[in-house]
Amino acid sequence: MLKDDNRKAMIDKVMKEHNYEESSLLEILHKAQDSYGYLDKILLTYIAKSLTLPPSHVLGVATFYSFFKLKAPGEHVVTGCLGTACYVKSVDDIMTAIEHDFNIKRGGSTPDGKLSLFITRCIGACAMAPNIIVDDEVIGKATKEVVVERVRLALEGGGRRR
Amino acid sequence: MSAGTVKLKIDNIEVNVPEGTMILEAARANGVVIPTLCDVEGLTAYGGCRMCMVEIHGSPKLFASCVTPVSTGMEIVTQSDKLKEYRKMALQFILSERSHICSVCVANNSCELQKLANELGVDHVQFEREWTSFPVDSTHDFLVLDRNRCILCTRCVRVCDEIEGVHTLDLKLRGKDEQVIVDLDDQWGESTSCTSCRKCAKVCPVGAIYVEGEALSETKDKNVAKFVLSRRNR
Repeated sequence: MLKDDNRKAMIDKVMKEHNYEESSLLEILHKAQDSYGYLDKILLTYIAKSLTLPPSHVLGVATFYSFFKLKAPGEHVVTGCLGTACYVKSVDDIMTAIEHDFNIKRGGSTPDGKLSLFITRCIGACAMAPNIIVDDEVIGKATKEVVVERVRLALEGGGRRR
Repeated sequence: MSAGTVKLKIDNIEVNVPEGTMILEAARANGVVIPTLCDVEGLTAYGGCRMCMVEIHGSPKLFASCVTPVSTGMEIVTQSDKLKEYRKMALQFILSERSHICSVCVANNSCELQKLANELGVDHVQFEREWTSFPVDSTHDFLVLDRNRCILCTRCVRVCDEIEGVHTLDLKLRGKDEQVIVDLDDQWGESTSCTSCRKCAKVCPVGAIYVEGEALSETKDKNVAKFVLSRRNR
């Protein structure tokens, strides 16, 4: 059961605004991730029930878009853009450097839950490739050194908490 | 559907079909066989397997006949060297995606994928195979889901949604990770929505969903969707 709190009230409000239309699923998932940070099974079940949608369909949609997170992200989140432009501009090297320096794997989090490393497809800033997003801040024309330094700063408490 | 009739040519045979008919249906109604994998009569067309591609005179593109409606004056070719090459290529992509090993598969000799590969003369796969290993779910009392044999035709998903009406099955993720899921990716045995109706096993063209301990030829009655619908609409 989903706990009764502000976050739940928020989703309930949005669902009501959309008249519990099946077609509002994406909108609701966005709002739900906004409030909870990620979508877990309890939350997805609740949304499915409220919109009278099959749970398998809701999970199918949530997993189709890489934007939606199904696991709790770490305190700080690094997202690498693996779109074509960024890929050509060797974003992979930067990702590998982060993986190596912070002992983390793509799509995973550090055991202490401080840092998560995600990948995404094209954030629409190809002119600035390669792009890395650190805690909602987009770093364009990123280099290994700049990104690793920025992540270190975030972990030391210098960065804004997500 | 409007009452108008459309006149067109399929493989040089003149046919008359109602407006809004898909090319595949029109061909079938007139005895022309087009190979398919994802199509099941009675279910919504999906257009996923790309086996039913046809050429339409005047266009360099190929069209998926199951989702392309007929129009007046169309001249359709369903068998040509180009189409055969295309179908062989598409089939090889399907084969290379999962570990389709006939000799250890429950569907051996009653498999539509195998049959089609035989017909098209696909005896080897020219691409490197993707050997990702997917979990097999045998927690249900008698239904087994082996994702390693799945071709993602979504027949099971559609029959579960459109005929049985519970929509227990769906797909998650995308690309090479795409796979059939039960509810919220739960174990099938724990599913609360599944009615154990076996329709998914009946329509599965390969050995991805089957009834434990039953020969595939006994399980499979592909017309289940059409039959149920005709009874419903009486």
